[in-house]
Amino acid sequence: MRDDEQEPSWFERRENQNKLWYALLAVAGVLTVSEFLYEHHPHFEIEEIPEFFEIFGFLAFAFIVFAGIGLRKLIMRPEDYYDRD
Amino acid sequence: MTAIDINPGLLMIVAGAVAAFLPLRARQALAIIAPLAAVMLLWSTPIGSEAVVSVAGFDFEILRLDRLSFVFALIFLLASALAAIYALHQDSPLHDASAMIYAGAAIGAALAGDLVTLFINWELTAVSSVLLILNAKTQRSYNAAMRYLIWQIGSGVMLMAGIALHWRATGSLDFEAMKLGDLASWLIFLAFGIKCAFPLLHNWMQDAYPEATATGTVVLSVFTTKLAVYAFARAFAGESLLIPIGAVMTCFPVFFAVIENDLRRVLAFSLNNQLGFMVVGIGIGSELGINGAVSHAFAHIIYKSLLFMSMGAVLYRVGTVKASELGGLHKSMPLTTIFCIIGAISIAGFPLTSGFVTKNLTLSAADTDGLFWTWLLLIFASAGVMEHSGIKIPFFAFFSHDGGHRVREAPLNMLLAMGIAAFACIFIGIFPSTLYSILPYPVDKDPYTTTSVVTKTQLLVFSVLAFAVLVRNGLYPKELPSTNLNTDWFYRVFGYNIVSTLLLLASDAGRFIATHTTEAFHAVERRLHYHHNPAGMLGKTWQTGVMVLWATIMLGSYLVIFYFR
Repeated sequence: MRDDEQEPSWFERRENQNKLWYALLAVAGVLTVSEFLYEHHPHFEIEEIPEFFEIFGFLAFAFIVFAGIGLRKLIMRPEDYYDRD
Repeated sequence: MTAIDINPGLLMIVAGAVAAFLPLRARQALAIIAPLAAVMLLWSTPIGSEAVVSVAGFDFEILRLDRLSFVFALIFLLASALAAIYALHQDSPLHDASAMIYAGAAIGAALAGDLVTLFINWELTAVSSVLLILNAKTQRSYNAAMRYLIWQIGSGVMLMAGIALHWRATGSLDFEAMKLGDLASWLIFLAFGIKCAFPLLHNWMQDAYPEATATGTVVLSVFTTKLAVYAFARAFAGESLLIPIGAVMTCFPVFFAVIENDLRRVLAFSLNNQLGFMVVGIGIGSELGINGAVSHAFAHIIYKSLLFMSMGAVLYRVGTVKASELGGLHKSMPLTTIFCIIGAISIAGFPLTSGFVTKNLTLSAADTDGLFWTWLLLIFASAGVMEHSGIKIPFFAFFSHDGGHRVREAPLNMLLAMGIAAFACIFIGIFPSTLYSILPYPVDKDPYTTTSVVTKTQLLVFSVLAFAVLVRNGLYPKELPSTNLNTDWFYRVFGYNIVSTLLLLASDAGRFIATHTTEAFHAVERRLHYHHNPAGMLGKTWQTGVMVLWATIMLGSYLVIFYFR
């Protein structure tokens, strides 16, 4: 084990994690604005809702995660569940 | 024998059988050269070629090369060569031989023009692939392999029954489009459905694939399920029942993937979700839909292999792929990290990756046909893919909290295989026409319209944003060492308990019957013994006088009866 491996990497420093967070916010901001900068070709009515894909993506993701937490209550068992007699 | 008669699938099977007896280097060279030679053979065979072999009065079309079978045979061969490079660091004749035979059988099935040839290759994929699971050589993998084999052989038996009924009804053994209706078509449909991991028929995959070796799972992830996709595209294109089935397949695995701790099992759930997109495309059945399914299968095999390879590299170096024990590996395995991220953004379908240009075709097929709910579920599932494959896999393996593992970077051959796959993901993403040009139908669609690029990026980036918000607020669930129940519980626990209970009851009943019949038998025996024992009324030795007396009494009674008559 080398000494330099013990030091936190670029990704592990709090200030860099904040940088990534702000970069992500900036990209999200640009995408939100870009909604108004191009001609839309919606196939379905729902796509005409402003910022539909952002809202849907965010909510779908959160829903999946929270549903997963609920699913854990139902089906999570100890790791050796099938190995026990 | 002409060039057409040398079937690329058969070439791989024979090469695999020979490889089993070769020394290490020769075997590995063959494992890489054979698929590449078969690619050249495939390329030199004109589209539209057929090869027929006559056996016992039946004509078997062992090769039918059209635009549909060509794509699958090609990607199976390329994936096979890639997996062979990935396995160069190990010396396992069993792995090398079974991987080649498995690939050959899948290619043979994809090229089969009749149902019997399909069936033979179908069964050979089952038998050869189970060896890849057994090769892990643990009790756990042995048990999983047996469960896997029961499902696979079950699929084969249904296929055989379906073929027999189909042949009796139509007199034809051609492997062509069929309509769902009679029992024969349903049996064939379900046989394909098992291998395609339809909902409720799916769990053999999540159960068995993660139990194989690091290299074995990479091979397994390529063939069986995509062969089933091909079979559906061949026989049931446009069967509308496939649309809801596929839509359910894209959605339900994402919830299981979120909470799964074994990262290769997460990838198996993800594989299930990807198959759903292809099944939807086939169900829509339009040229766009079939192109979507086929191109997605092609791109998917590459990025899914890449993801399984990166997790295999982690397994090989660290010894586990449990998310709860990993983290921080980007410091030890930077190249593997980069390749894994390329696989992750490809499967999530970011612009400039192969996932974007292929999944887009299926999505367009859905919105062109005005299938709103299908389209919405596919969009939802796309956010789900972002969750489990786009973020969870790379984040928990390579970043997150440091799991404390200080290991070396993956072996050179693994890096090479991952590098080629990563390159292909980006190459197809930037030059989609290379893939589009070999699809079954002409593609007149440019995937990079402003609308499509902006909306997909919005969807994916805001999924990432949701993840970041949840993590920064401590709301994202911790990875926990756990077993999550799935449909296999019904036979591993519920069914097992029922059968055990029934056996117990049967043995109790047996004991009850045995005890009571013995009792009755003893009673009869006692009674017989009472009368017939040496001292018993009927068994003892009587004196002659007693006998004379009884004879006299009998004759006397006779006289009396006669007198009064």
